[in-house]
Amino acid sequence: MDYTGLIIVAVRCVIMLVFLLSFIPVLIWAERRGAGFIQDRPGPNRADVFGVRLAGLIQPIADVVKLLFKEDVTPRNVFRPFYKIAPAITMTVALVTFVVVPLADVVHVAGRDVSVQVSDLDTGLLYLFAVSSLGVYGIMLAGWSANNKYALMGGLRSSAQMISYEIAMGLAAGVMFLLFGTAQLDDMVRAQGANPLGWGVVSIPGLIAFVMFLVASFAETNRTPFDLPEGESELVAGYHIEYSAFKFAMFFMAEYVNMVVASGLLVTLFFGGYQVPFLPTETIVQHAPLIAKVVFGGAALVLAGLGVFAFTRYRPGKYGDNRDREPLVVGVLLLVLAVGAAGVGFLPGVIPGIPGYEHRTVATLLAAALQIGTFAGKIALFTWLFIWVRWTLPRFRYDQLMRLGWTYLFPIGIFNLVLAGVWVLASSG
Amino acid sequence: MFEQILFYFFAIVAVISAVNVVAGKNPIACAISLIVTLGALAGVFVLQDAHFVATIQVLVYAGAIMVLFVFVIMLLNLGPEDLDKEGRFTRLKGVGVLFAMAGAALLIWNFADYSAAMARIGPGYGGLEQISGKLFTEYIIPFEAISVLLMAAVVGAVVIAKREL
Repeated sequence: MDYTGLIIVAVRCVIMLVFLLSFIPVLIWAERRGAGFIQDRPGPNRADVFGVRLAGLIQPIADVVKLLFKEDVTPRNVFRPFYKIAPAITMTVALVTFVVVPLADVVHVAGRDVSVQVSDLDTGLLYLFAVSSLGVYGIMLAGWSANNKYALMGGLRSSAQMISYEIAMGLAAGVMFLLFGTAQLDDMVRAQGANPLGWGVVSIPGLIAFVMFLVASFAETNRTPFDLPEGESELVAGYHIEYSAFKFAMFFMAEYVNMVVASGLLVTLFFGGYQVPFLPTETIVQHAPLIAKVVFGGAALVLAGLGVFAFTRYRPGKYGDNRDREPLVVGVLLLVLAVGAAGVGFLPGVIPGIPGYEHRTVATLLAAALQIGTFAGKIALFTWLFIWVRWTLPRFRYDQLMRLGWTYLFPIGIFNLVLAGVWVLASSG
Repeated sequence: MFEQILFYFFAIVAVISAVNVVAGKNPIACAISLIVTLGALAGVFVLQDAHFVATIQVLVYAGAIMVLFVFVIMLLNLGPEDLDKEGRFTRLKGVGVLFAMAGAALLIWNFADYSAAMARIGPGYGGLEQISGKLFTEYIIPFEAISVLLMAAVVGAVVIAKREL
């Protein structure tokens, strides 16, 4: 039994889950504060822990606690099996889609090269489409089993919308197949390279495919302007009307996970995935000690500076309660992080027992950490784009939505495929 | 050994959900059981090294065709009362089961020993590259013929739908 292999797979699963799920509270905060910012109002800033408010970062914790402790009402005439299983399907599909997305380049651990995606399927991108087409069932079953006309309408609308825009997504990704010559996402990211001029979006078919994939992602995740299924002004809450407490929380979280997964795919296909701009993996691995000191030392300096700045903003007596201590809390937090960063940057190799950055395992781990950080940053940018568009654009009417998917995106997608074929032929001479 | 456990798991799930498709009471439960059967079959395909077919099975059959089925059942609002009453056509059902068992026996008898065929094909035959290589070189004419067939189906569906508008 290959125990090391099993442990490695388990660790990869845990890393992927932690990566995905840790975006959720931040996204909830960003959505509500961002919505407030766009609408020229503060957004939630009252939730606090012992008087410390942290600009509304406590609000997601309050939301989750509320949803967990709410009464779980199951209406009388629902179809029990599907009613219970629909949120689980939606959440599972959302999480499982991320399995083929590479979080970082290959890491050298325990004497073997390990890839940082959970599974290295040879059908790569096709697996992605297969799983996301299963996501339709979660919504359909939720809408139907709730025994409610509004839910049924929402469910049917959503499934029709999702199927229509899956085609646009498939055609856009097919273009990236052609341009990079591989279906596996980690090969695609490696082919894009660290130089931003090699990224998927830089070619003409790539740019068209990017716009198509972006629009299709908005439709697939049921986000405005395509959120007719949960049209809050028309269908009350659409397909998740009859859900309360934790099942609703699952739908709620699944929407954010879907957003993160869609952003992850956009970044992987079009913006170089985990590649740090201008720093390919071999460069990082070769110059690991220097890069570690520069990056972590620089981070430590910046964090320490911010911490000291936070301390200088302490004004006793401004509010008269524990909110005065907030700058102190933030300052202490930042200083602790600064010390941690300095430790990570300078200690390996100096303390006996921790191998230094010349050691191949530690160097590849450093590269992986930097790449995961870059990936998270790019995903953050795109999820901010999702949130931004949600609070800017009005909702599409249903026939406009269908017309966009079938009569505009579909022909553009096919034309783009032909264009990509010609492009590949021309550039390979 | 691990593969055997996986195979038995997928096979049992497939058989149970297939029986539920035929014998179930609620039409949507039957449709969902069919989806579970297709998923279990995809698992069996993966165990046989046919990754591409497994993925396409989930993508096309379970992900698109079954969505259509479930859609129609939901739109027509079919419930348990719309299925046939119990106890009809018992003799025909019995003959059907006999035919199914005979067919299964025939398949097992013919394909129980496939090692000769496997030796001819070689490893890695089910991957994306291998299948697409064969599909676009040796079998290009059947491939294009199938696309024409699908287009004929689409045109026919549009003609029939437009007639009723």
